[in-house]
Parts: sequence; C-alpha cells; structure tokens
Amino acid sequence: METAATPKKTKKAKQTPFDYSKYIRGGKLPHIWCPGCGHGIVLKSLLRAIDTTGRSNNDFALVSGIGCSSRTPGYVDFNTLHTLHGRALAYATGLKMAKPNLKVIVTTGDGDALAIGGNHFIHTCRRNIDMVIMVYNNYIYGMTSGQFSPTTAQGMIATTSRYGNIESPFDVCKMAEASGATFVARGTAYHYGELEKILYEAIMHKGTAVIDIIDSCPTYYGRFNKFKTPSEMMEKIEKEGTIPLKQAAGLPPEKLQGKLIRGIIYKKERPEYTSEYAKLVEKAGGKSK
Amino acid sequence: MKIAEDLSRVEETEKGDDLPNIVINETYCKGCGICIDFCPTDVLEMRGNLVAVKNLEACTKCQLCDLRCPDFAIQVF
Ligand SMILES: Cc1ncc(C[n+]2csc(CCOP(=O)(O)OP(=O)(O)O)c2C)c(N)n1
Ligand code: SF4
Ligand code: SF4
Ligand code: SF4
Repeated sequence: METAATPKKTKKAKQTPFDYSKYIRGGKLPHIWCPGCGHGIVLKSLLRAIDTTGRSNNDFALVSGIGCSSRTPGYVDFNTLHTLHGRALAYATGLKMAKPNLKVIVTTGDGDALAIGGNHFIHTCRRNIDMVIMVYNNYIYGMTSGQFSPTTAQGMIATTSRYGNIESPFDVCKMAEASGATFVARGTAYHYGELEKILYEAIMHKGTAVIDIIDSCPTYYGRFNKFKTPSEMMEKIEKEGTIPLKQAAGLPPEKLQGKLIRGIIYKKERPEYTSEYAKLVEKAGGKSK
Repeated sequence: MKIAEDLSRVEETEKGDDLPNIVINETYCKGCGICIDFCPTDVLEMRGNLVAVKNLEACTKCQLCDLRCPDFAIQVF
C-alpha cells in the first residue's frame, strides 16, 4: 500500500482535483472502453503530463491507428488523426514533416505498433523523428476480441492460443533502443504518477520517445487468463510484475526473474530527423519551415 | 470543479467543511471496482452496478480513487 491511512481526525488540506475538462471534447464521455480497461488511466496520466508542459492544446497532435487504444484521440481536444491499422507512425511522420512545430504523440496498441505496424515502428525509431510513441501494451488484440499479440508471453491464453501461446514476445524497450529511439521508458497504468512523469519527460525530449505502457484488458486477456477483477490484474501484472530501475540495479538476476523494469531506461541526444531535413533544405537552396 | 457536463446526474456527497466531498458521476461510472479495491481506508462500496460511498468519515482525500478511475467518474475534494 503506497498511501498510509491517516487517522480521520487529522483533516487534510482541501486538494483541488485535476480538471480534465479542458482537454476532453465536449459530449464525448463516457468513453467506449470496457469496465476496468486500463486505457482510461493511461489517458488521464497523459492529460496531466500535457498540462504540466503549460503549452496550448493546439501545440499537440494525437495520432493513432486502429484498436481500442487507438480510440484515444477521439476523446481529446487537440489536433487529432485516427488512421489505418498499423499505419499511425507513417501518418505521424508525414504530419511532423509538414508541421515540424507540432508535438506529435502517437497512441497505439501492442498489435497496432508491433505486429502490422512493426516495420514502421523500427524505422521511425531509426530516424529519430521527434515524436512520442505510447504503446498501450495490454498483451492482446482487444478490439478484435483477444488474439495474441507480439508481446503476449509464452503460455498465455488468447483466442488464437487456446492451449497457451508458443511464440516468444518482443521486449518493446529493447526493440526501441536497438532500432535507434533516443528516449526509451516503461511505465504502467497502476503507477499512474510515475507514468505521468515519464510522459512529461518524453514530451520534453527532442527525438523519438517510446514508452512501453503496461496496461490491462480485463475483458479478454483478464478473462482468458483467470484474473478475477481489473484490480487483480493491475496488482499482479503491473505492480508485482515490474520493478523500478533504481531498485533493480542492486539486485541479482534471479531476483529480477519475471519482472519488467520500470522508469526511463535509455536516453541519448542524437540529430533529430526534421531538424536534419530543414538543414538539408537550406543546403539545397530552399526555404525551410 | 467540473466533472460532468450534465451535473443533474451527479451524486454529490456534500457534508460541509469537515468532511470530504466525494463526487461520483453515475453516467460515467462503469462499476469496475478499481476505486473500491485500491481505497486504503475502505470508503467505497458497490451498490448495484455503480460505486457508492459507504464510510465518508474514513476518507483521507488521498485521491487514489480518482487517479486510478479509468472513467473520469469519481473526484474527491
Ligand atoms: C488492415 C487491418 N487488419 C486488421 C484489422 C483488424 N484489427 C483491428 S484492431 C486490431 C488489433 C488491435 O490490437 P491492439 O493494437 O493491441 O489494440 P487494443 O485493441 O488491444 O488496444 C486488428 C487486428 C484492421 N482493422 N485493419
Ligand atoms: S476489449 Fe480490452 S482493450 Fe478493448 S476496451 Fe475492452 S478491456 Fe479495453
Ligand atoms: S474506478 Fe471509476 S468507473 Fe470504476 S467503479 Fe470506481 S468510479 Fe466507477
Ligand atoms: S480519496 Fe482516498 S480515502 Fe477517500 S475514497 Fe478515495 S481512495 Fe478512499
């Protein structure tokens, strides 16, 4: 338990709850996500991170492909693009090239980003184009009723692996780093505050920032794999299944078995694609944006 | 303090200055139970398909329920 129960006599100062309404499109709530789906918690962390930047809604563009996670841009009052399955990063790249001053944030699923969109994923990272890629990693294709994805662990049940998945999963962070992303992090919906800080840092970073966000799909992954409630999933997968980077540093490998490392895992400065392109345009005698 | 556009559907527990205010938007709440399970002082409970306040006095205004609610459905101040 991270917040100790204070005795009821010690009255806490009135704390104003965060006002999400300035970032939500009028009349769009309640959202379509199932009861207990982690996508809503991730969205709220993102909105608080965006608020901390102090920038206007018009400075941001949210881009997505297809999937439950890809529904995110439909609810928010930024510039938004809801595109084709797997192609969010291709659209995002085009948008960023045309409007380099926009802060582009891609909200994508493990299926959208890494299965059908896997090729775009590695090449976006390789170019180090300035954008935030939020992979809502719930280990399953939620929208199409629970097929296994490239991140589903071995042995887990999905619509397409009734006797347990035999494929090996990708490690999203290792893949991003190896492909050339210059900001690589992992957070979870359970650790909403930590996720908010990571997202803020990712937005402030210039270059490709990938965040592997461990998230939950109670409707399919949860039901198939015998998790009783959404909170049990969050507790077992997101809380018990992860460990903060600092804490992991001092532990022997056997203690890290089965645990994913959370936090900002990798950060580096490297020439960014749209800046390099602007230089090239100038060199060729054209006018850059 | 704005949680819903349609405030008439919001159940507000306004008990004066001493006690916390817990606002539940019944149009948004999907009864997932996350806020109930993670509340450190067992303030909330399920009534029918929606969350409801069981023990307002025990609330410490930690806001964990709000921060983990996926549905923008609960706020405490
Ligand atoms: C070209 C194409 N192929 C397949 C589909 C069907 N499809 C829609 S969403 C989806 C997977 C979604 O999974 P993920 O990206 O992990 O998002 P989640 O729903 O879990 O948030 C698939 C296969 C499609 N819409 N378009
Ligand atoms: S199917 Fe899964 S991922 Fe999609 S909204 Fe429902 S719980 Fe979320
Ligand atoms: S977490 Fe939100 S949606 Fe879930 S029961 Fe609580 S108030 Fe309702
Ligand atoms: S603010 Fe904290 S103590 Fe009060 S109901 Fe919410 S989780 Fe429970």
